[in-house]
Amino acid sequence: MSKVLEGLLYSESHEWVKVDGKIATIGVSDFAQSEMGNITYVDLPEVDDEFEAGEEFGALESVKAASDLYCPVSGKVVEVNAEIDDAPELINEDAYANWIIKVELSDPSELDALLDAEAYKKLIEK
Amino acid sequence: MEDNLLVTPLYGSHVALGAKMSPFAGFNMPIQYSGIVEEHLAVRNNVGMFDVSHMGEIFVCGTDAEKYVNHIFTNDVRPMAPGQILYGMMLYPDGGTVDDLLVYKETAPNHYLLVVNAANIDKDFEWLLKNTAGFDVCVENRSEEWGQIAVQGPQAEETIVKTLGFARAADLVFYTYTDFEVNGKRVIVSRTGYTGEDGFEIYADPEMAVAFWNRLLEAGVTPCGLGCRDTLRFEAGMPLYGDELSAEISPVMAGLAMFCALDKEEFIGKDALVAQKAGAVARKIVGIEIEDKAIPRAGYPVELEDGTEVGVVTTGYHSISLDKSICFALVDKAYTALDTPLFIHIRKKVFPGKVVKKRFYQTRYKK
Repeated sequence: MSKVLEGLLYSESHEWVKVDGKIATIGVSDFAQSEMGNITYVDLPEVDDEFEAGEEFGALESVKAASDLYCPVSGKVVEVNAEIDDAPELINEDAYANWIIKVELSDPSELDALLDAEAYKKLIEK
Repeated sequence: MEDNLLVTPLYGSHVALGAKMSPFAGFNMPIQYSGIVEEHLAVRNNVGMFDVSHMGEIFVCGTDAEKYVNHIFTNDVRPMAPGQILYGMMLYPDGGTVDDLLVYKETAPNHYLLVVNAANIDKDFEWLLKNTAGFDVCVENRSEEWGQIAVQGPQAEETIVKTLGFARAADLVFYTYTDFEVNGKRVIVSRTGYTGEDGFEIYADPEMAVAFWNRLLEAGVTPCGLGCRDTLRFEAGMPLYGDELSAEISPVMAGLAMFCALDKEEFIGKDALVAQKAGAVARKIVGIEIEDKAIPRAGYPVELEDGTEVGVVTTGYHSISLDKSICFALVDKAYTALDTPLFIHIRKKVFPGKVVKKRFYQTRYKK
C-alpha cells in the first residue's frame, strides 16, 4: 500500500505540495514512484522558470517510460533539488523526503483546488 | 483490463507473486515482479527466469520439409544437423519482414520446429499455409500445447541441472537442443535465449511448465518480467519484431544480413534483399549513444545539428549494465557510419550523440 503523508496537498496527477508561507515545495507521491518503478533520470526546470498551474515542468524517466511532471500551482521556480539530479533513485527510496522543485506561489488561492491526504487516498484506491 | 486477453499456464503464479501485469501480444503478461533493474541484474550476474509461454510453436514435416523451410526462411537449413537451431527471418517478396524466428531441426528426418513471436503467431501460420503450394508438407500450429520457460544467466546451467535434473543439457553448446522425457511427455531443452547471457529455453506441456516454474522458484531463481527481457535483449544488440524489424524494415535495413543466406538458390524476398545489399536501401538501424542521462525513447526524432530530421528512435534506454543512454534508431543511410554525430530530440531539448556499434553489451554464450 502506498504511503500518503498527512499535512500535504496532492494533485490528481500525483504531485505533492508542502506549503511554507509563499513557498511551495513540490515532489511526486509514493504511489507515483511505485507505479513508475526504478527512476533513472529527472528532467528538471531551471531556477526562475515560470509555470502556470497544470503546466508541464519536467519529467521523470523510469527504465520503461517517461512520465511528465505537472506543476500543481502557478509560480516561479526558486530552487531545484540538485541531489536528485545526481541520484534520481532517491525518489524511489523516499518520495516525500526527496522533493523536486520549490516554487514561489503567484496565486495561493489555487491551493484550495488541491486534494488533502484523505481525498488523495480515495483517488489512488480507485 | 482489456477483455479477451489470453493467459499463459503460469498466469496464476504471476498474480500470486504480485507481478505488474500488462497486455502484450494479446496475452496478459508479467512486466515486472521485484523491479526491472533488480531482475535485469539477476540475469546478468546470477540467474533469472522468464515465462515465455506466449511464444508460438509451429511444426513442419513432410517429404519436402527441408525445401519448404528453405523457401520461406532466409537462412540455409540444409547444412543443419539434428539438434541444431538456426536464427533467421521470413520475408515478404519486397524484403519486408513477416517475422524473425528460430528453426529447430528435429531428429526425425524432414521435421522442423519453428519458434515465432507471440504477436505474429496467427499471421505467420497463415503465411506459412499460403506458401505451401507445390510442397509436400504439413504445417501445424501447436502453440497452445506448449508452455515455455527461459532460464538465463551465468548460473543457468547449474540451475537446470541441479533443480530440474537436465544433466545432459550441460553438454549443449549455444544454439543446439536436446529432448527429455518427463512423465512420458516430451520436454525440449535448448541452449538459447534473448538476453545476451548463457541460458536455456525449456519447452514443456502447460502443466509441466508450471511444475518446473515452481521448482525453480523454490530454488531461488529470480522471476523476471518482459520489462527486463527488453532491456537485456536491447543491450545485447538484438532486434524486437515491431521495433527493429517489421513489414517496412528488412533484415538488410536492420543490419541482420548475416542471417540471410543470399547464396541460396531462392527464398521469398531474396531478390529484394540482393538489391538492398547492392545499395538500394534508404535507411538502416544504427546504435546511438548520447552524452547525457536523458533517455531516447521509441518515436523520438533523430536530427542533424541544423535540425534536419534524418531518422527515428526504435528502442532506447538508460542502459542498466552500462550506465549510458543508448538507443537503436532507423536513420538515413548517409548518416550510419560509426562516430557520425547525430542529435536526438527529447521533449523540448536536443542532445548530441554519435553512431556506435549496436552490440552495446559483450554477450557471454557457451560456444
